[in-house]
Amino acid sequence: MIQDMKPEDIIGDYKETLLDLYGSICRVVLYTDIETPYPDGKLIVSTTDKNGIITHVNKSFVEMSGYTEAELINAPHSILRHPDMPPAAFKDLWDTVNRGEKWQGFVKNLRKDGGYYWVKATVIPNIRHGEVVSYTSVRRKPSRTKVDECIKLYPTLF
Amino acid sequence: MSYLFTVSPDFTPVHLSGWYIFNTWLQRQSGSPIHLEMYNDFPTQRLAIHNDQVDLIFANPFDAAMLVREKGFLPLVKAAGVSDEAIIAVRADSAVEDVAHLSPGITVAVTEDPDVTMMGMIMLEAGDLNAGNVETTIFDTYVLVAKNLLNDSADVGIFLAEAYDDLSSIVKKQLKILVRSQISVIHHSLMVGPKLADRRDEIQALLLSMAEDDKGKDILKSLGFDNWVKVDDEDMEFMIDLMEALAT
Repeated sequence: MIQDMKPEDIIGDYKETLLDLYGSICRVVLYTDIETPYPDGKLIVSTTDKNGIITHVNKSFVEMSGYTEAELINAPHSILRHPDMPPAAFKDLWDTVNRGEKWQGFVKNLRKDGGYYWVKATVIPNIRHGEVVSYTSVRRKPSRTKVDECIKLYPTLF
Repeated sequence: MSYLFTVSPDFTPVHLSGWYIFNTWLQRQSGSPIHLEMYNDFPTQRLAIHNDQVDLIFANPFDAAMLVREKGFLPLVKAAGVSDEAIIAVRADSAVEDVAHLSPGITVAVTEDPDVTMMGMIMLEAGDLNAGNVETTIFDTYVLVAKNLLNDSADVGIFLAEAYDDLSSIVKKQLKILVRSQISVIHHSLMVGPKLADRRDEIQALLLSMAEDDKGKDILKSLGFDNWVKVDDEDMEFMIDLMEALAT
């Protein structure tokens, strides 16, 4: 189950909104204007089950998200959902991977402290014995040009 | 019946004799004749795999999907504490301090190592560079990649981190690292082919106990690491998925 964000976890001035997550779950989200730059040379890797529940995270995921590994495991991946991300992007993601295909896109992720970080994300279905059993997401450093394009584009997709 | 063992052609030259000693050890331990064939390049090795000539391979992660999915290979072990990492470097006197400062049209010096080049290109992507807007030149060794950076024939070099670290201090002083990858989960793996599949557990057990005696320890040292670690089918599938995710 996903919990509302808590003011005591937030660093800096924040705004508050109620975010509609996938599966008609709502979450109170607190977010700031503070960006954490994506670290050079690192990959953020996670695996979820078919319902989007996190089953594995690497160290870079923990560092960038601001959550502990224990907080992340068994949480929905939408714990990272930022209110600036258009829901259409995630619909496209799920439609694509449910067809057994690879999805790629630029995503603004929400940190536990209310800040954010941009990634270039690739999500692939993990197929074992012909069946999709889980999904792996690999995030890498995005180019600033692509991020700037998304900053202009995403508000038009709501 | 003799089995054929081969090592990914990107092995570090100082470990060449170590692989021959390891092959002799493996023959004695397994009681089977095994011939070690060190191919000079990836295309020649892949042709041998394609023709079903290879029974045992210390494989580059880039080839893992093909070996498992098309040729029925099974993972055995990987080197403990060793992962494949890449470095992006420029000349030390270059004004470039960040990948973002690089421009389309630059010349990138690489070797044939497929996983290292892939990791390097991912790091260049952050500077809006890709295979379509840079000139890639392939060299036989990382020393030649460094040499071509120093003589101005290339603007950027992509190195296997281990190979970069092994360059002479004189060369390294004239170079500057822009990015060093910290991916940790991409690694070479020792794998068995279909003809040895029924002996997988036995060979895996031999390898996992190799560091328990002094002779085995010395051989491992000559390969550049301290022990083997088990790679099970799911570990391998995970790395194959990861490589697929990174391939574009």
